[in-house]
Formats: sequence, C-alpha cells, structure tokens
Amino acid sequence: MSSDNPISKPRRAKPTPVEPAFIELSELTVNFGRQPVLRDISMAIPRRQTIAIIGESGCGKTVLLKNIIGLLFPSSGHVIVDGQRIDELNDKELTTLRSRFGYLFQNAALFDSMTVADNVAFPLKENSRMRAEKIEQIVSDRIKQVGLPASVLGKRPAQLSGGMRKRVGLARALVMSPEVLLYDEPTTGLDPIVSDVINELIMRTREQNAVTSIVVTHDMKTAQKVADRVVMLYPLSRLRPDESQIIFDGTPMEVMESDDKRVSQFVRGEAGERLLEMREEAISY
Amino acid sequence: MATASTNISTEYRRRGLGGAVYDSVADVGAVTIRWVETLGDMSLFMWRTISWLITRLPRRDTLVPAFYNIGVLSLPVIALTGTFIGMVLAVQSYTQFKQFGFETRLGALINLSMCRELGPVLAATMLAGRVGSAIAAEIGTMRVTEQVDALISMGANPIHYLVVPRFLGCLLMIPSLTVMAIFMGVVGGWLYSVEVFGIDSYHYWHNSQQFVENWDLFYGIFKSVFFGATIAIVSCYRGFNCAPGAEGVGRAATAAFVLSFVIILMLDFFLSIGLDSVHHMLWPEVK
Repeated sequence: MSSDNPISKPRRAKPTPVEPAFIELSELTVNFGRQPVLRDISMAIPRRQTIAIIGESGCGKTVLLKNIIGLLFPSSGHVIVDGQRIDELNDKELTTLRSRFGYLFQNAALFDSMTVADNVAFPLKENSRMRAEKIEQIVSDRIKQVGLPASVLGKRPAQLSGGMRKRVGLARALVMSPEVLLYDEPTTGLDPIVSDVINELIMRTREQNAVTSIVVTHDMKTAQKVADRVVMLYPLSRLRPDESQIIFDGTPMEVMESDDKRVSQFVRGEAGERLLEMREEAISY
Repeated sequence: MATASTNISTEYRRRGLGGAVYDSVADVGAVTIRWVETLGDMSLFMWRTISWLITRLPRRDTLVPAFYNIGVLSLPVIALTGTFIGMVLAVQSYTQFKQFGFETRLGALINLSMCRELGPVLAATMLAGRVGSAIAAEIGTMRVTEQVDALISMGANPIHYLVVPRFLGCLLMIPSLTVMAIFMGVVGGWLYSVEVFGIDSYHYWHNSQQFVENWDLFYGIFKSVFFGATIAIVSCYRGFNCAPGAEGVGRAATAAFVLSFVIILMLDFFLSIGLDSVHHMLWPEVK
C-alpha cells in the first residue's frame, strides 16, 4: 500500500553530481525466490561521501549493502565499484576488491572461537604476509583507536558487552585501512550513550581515514549526525509497481523537512496509520 | 542450493480422489527433484572442497584445533565404545559357540567382526553423532550470525577456511580412531572371554591368527576413510545450508547425523562388495 502523497520521485542531493561515482548501483533488482526485495535501485556514491540508508525493517537495506560488497548478487542490474562491475569479476578479483572494504555487521559477527586480538588480526593474516609483531602492533593501535583498553585483546567475544563488541567489529573493519566502510545498523541495540560513542567513532574514522561510508540505519540520530546524504528506501510490498523504491534522496537537513508523509512519519518515529495497515495486511494474509 | 518447493502449496490442492492422486504424484516429483538438486549441490560442494585441498593447504592454526576436536576429544568415547562392542560380541556368541564346542574360536569371530565391520561402522556412527552434529551446528551458527559473511567480506574463502580443515581432520582422524576402536574391541572381547568364560588365552589367539589377516584390518581402515569423508562433507554442507534461527541450527545438526548415518550404511554395503571382489581378484585361491 502506498502513501496518499503523490510525490514518488526521489529528491536528489545537491553535492552528488560534482564528483564521479565511486560506487554506482544501476537498476539493481533483487528477488529471493518469488519475493522481490529491491527493485530498480539506481544510485551513485562519490568518494569520501558518508551516505545513510534509512528505512523501516525489512525494506532491503542490508540486502543492498551485501550487494555492494558482493556477498549477494542481484537478480538484474549491477553494482560498479571504482569502474569494475562486481558481477563480472572472478573469485580472485572479487577477493581483492573486498579487501578495499571494511564491514561492520549488525551484531558485529565476531568469531566466537577466537580472541579479540585474533578477530582484529584476521584480515591481516588472511590478506598480507606481515610479520606477527607488526600485526600485533596494528591490532593494538586499532583497539586503541576505537577507545578500548588493551586488556580486551585476550578476551573472547562472549565476554564483551554489546557496545564493546561493536567497537571490536569496527576495529576489525578498520584494520586493513579500507577505502569504503559499510556499517549495518551500527547503533541498534545499544544504549544512547554507547550509540553516541559509535556515532563519534564513525565521524572520527571518516575524518582520519578519508573513507567512503555507507551507513544502514533506522536510527535518525545516527543518520543526522554522521551522514552527508540520506537515502530512504520503502518496502516494496507497500509500493505500486510504478513507484520508485527510493522515496527520498537528499541532505540530513532536508529529510527532516520532507513533505512526503512516509518520510516525515519515519523520521519522527510516528506510527500514523501503520497499525491499521498492519491489521489489514494480517487479515488479507 | 536446493530451491524447489518440496510439496504443493495447500492453496493449489485439487479436490476429489483424482485430485488427491495427482497431488500425491506431484509431491513425490517435487521431493525427487529436491533430492536430485541436493545431491548435485553436495557433489559440487565436495568438488570445491577437494579443489581447495589440492591447491592450498589451510594454515596450521586452523588445522590443529580441527584435528584436536575431531581426534583427541573423541578418543575416550571411541575407546569405551570399542571395548563394549568387543565384550558384547563375546557375550552374544559364547553360548552358540559352546554348543558346538568351538569356544576357543570365539577370538576369530570377535576379531574378524571388529576389523571388518563393527569397528569401522560403529566408530563412524558414533563420530557422525559426536563430530558431525558439532560441525553442522558450529558452521550453522556461524552462518546465521553472519560470521560466514564476515569471513567472505574479509577475503577468506569459507570452504578453504572452514571446510578443508574439518575435511582433513575427519579424513585422517576417523581412520585412526577406527584403529583405536578395533584395538579396544579386540582387547575387550579377549579379556571377557578369558577372564569370565575361562577360555584358554593361547588357543583364543592361535585361532584368531588363523582367520584374521592383514587384509581384514586394511578392509576396515579403507572403509573408514570413506566414512570420515562422508561425515565431513555432509556435516559441513548441512551447516552451510542451515535455515535461520535456533530451530534451523538444531535441524542442521540432526540432518547431518541422519544423512551421514544413512550414507555410511549404504557405502558400507557397496564398499564391502567392491573390496570382496578385489580380494577375489588378487587371491582367487582363497575362499
């Protein structure tokens, strides 16, 4: 079901056309079996931009992120990273390309069987021939960079709090000095203070490392604080076939002032008619 | 990965007897397609594992834990299982053998059974439960908590990193554990026969020596290599194709054991036929 608002064309952010796209999504469509998740997503992300992809749960934000790094592949359309179409790369080229990315997973996805030090060192051991002492030094620096004490290095992920796990995940994502950082719900499940710590770390990382960042979130505070640009996706199940799935594309300031009811309800966290719609969906199901 | 629906959705079900027959045939067809898909998928999975094994050996820090978990930690349970199988064989066979005055030939039966059949099959069954389910649950949990995605995103190949060490571990450790099971079964059977039934130890071993050859030991160990490979491939495959959630992980662990067990029994049958044919070709004079 779609909104009453006739505006279905996305609003473009002003600074984007200046620089050539580093990451480009072209008519990206993803289906899981018969279920469509993403439809005709086209987007260009220039170097060093921090883009927040917002939208309610289940609208395909994480799927989009996984398509960008080649963990999932589109049903049609393609992703171009630094001029390379990732669906045309062989395994070795894809591995090389992935080493230019850092990925902070939703629940950090730390390896349970390893210590924090081994988790953070993993990409270096896997992709370089560095000596153990050098790896140890880099790991220690990254742990310090995310504001964790050296005492966590010998601990297992299960012994850490949610916020600490996220920070270890960030240290691991940063360890290869990536050009692109992908954040999947970086502040979900964290208290407001730790959420803000993570937001500060995202901003500091951007300033120190000049990375391109894609932040998938439904936390508007995060989107407001860290992003240069905000893109909002809408669940396909509630869109008409001719409507774009990107219902907003603009600056963090503009998103707060959007006159699209679907956008304004989301950014203000108002249920509106959603409860009624959910009941109708449940009945029709 | 298998994607075909296993049965017809209830909304498409037909009415009446004809419809029921039609739907049943369609269901059987869907299940058959799914099985063929799974079989093909598993064969590709095995091929990729072997390709990685040939091209690049895993790092020592992934191999050692796999060998330790599969081999060392299974040792007590395998030793215990082997001992009791040997003793149970002695208990079950003694009465029958005594009726014909063949008590001293008990050793031949126990040792032959342990080497050729019970040692490898029961050790493999025990290990499919202990090792296979653990592998499926571990990889399944990694899958549902995005740890496998994390591996891929950091440039590691999950087959090389997760499957090859476990495959090598099963391939080398399960035959070793089978030798241990056979040894303990032989010792258990001998101890019970001599100490409880009072059979003369010299005649017990002398008769064993006459009936049990090196070929019989090779026979059991050869089969166990295939059983080990089966446990590794089936369990890793089930883990990789785990459905989301705790239920998915549980199902993957159960399915890994059940499928491994079925394949082990089928392989045992075909390998026994094949090995007997080889034996007959090599030594046609031996009946």
